[in-house]
Amino acid sequence: MRVVVQEAPFDLGKEVEKFSGGRTLSGAIVTFTGVVRDVNGGLQAMEIEHYSGMTETALLEIATKAESRWSLEDCLVIHRYGNLVLGDMIMMVATAARHRKDAFEAAEYLMDYLKSRAPFWKREVTHNGSGWVASLEDDETALSRW
Amino acid sequence: MDVLYFAWVRERVGLPREVIDANLNTVMDLVELLREREERYVLAFADLSVLRVALDQKLSDFNAPLTDVREVAFFPPMTGG
Repeated sequence: MRVVVQEAPFDLGKEVEKFSGGRTLSGAIVTFTGVVRDVNGGLQAMEIEHYSGMTETALLEIATKAESRWSLEDCLVIHRYGNLVLGDMIMMVATAARHRKDAFEAAEYLMDYLKSRAPFWKREVTHNGSGWVASLEDDETALSRW
Repeated sequence: MDVLYFAWVRERVGLPREVIDANLNTVMDLVELLREREERYVLAFADLSVLRVALDQKLSDFNAPLTDVREVAFFPPMTGG
């Protein structure tokens, strides 16, 4: 299990290669990448604030729960903070499991919990001004299925 | 104890962290103390349903005791991912 919180960009290809390389037990590797997308008003920048210290602990806790719930060989979470622009990769998760069901479900679980239980806050800067991204009720509802 | 603020809570309070030394029982007592201080805290803590609190970096709630707590953080619902 590896959890990384960083300001710098990450190389998705290299990370996936490193994560999947040399595995002989996992028949399934699932990856998900979150990307900065455009919004009404035209996005100029996205600023991500986080709670240093708690972020790492929260991500480790979420990843540990995923590993105890599904039969995973490994999982990876990378999440960025700081100033991002349109098209930048915000975060990624990767899961490796013997079977795809475990890999897919664990990746979705990681994503659902990252959204509303990891202390990150996004602020969007558009041509019309800037504002904090509001959490969605759906994000909270998404947790209830687990 | 250290009190930390994030996102719009930090903006409304006007600072990222401060030290509060007081004998308090629960998180709610701390909120009341802050609200009595200045208008900016009243604005920041106007609606507790849109606020979250962490005690020593673990998500908690407003009725939780502050016994032995060294760090309290207030912030809006998280928007990671």
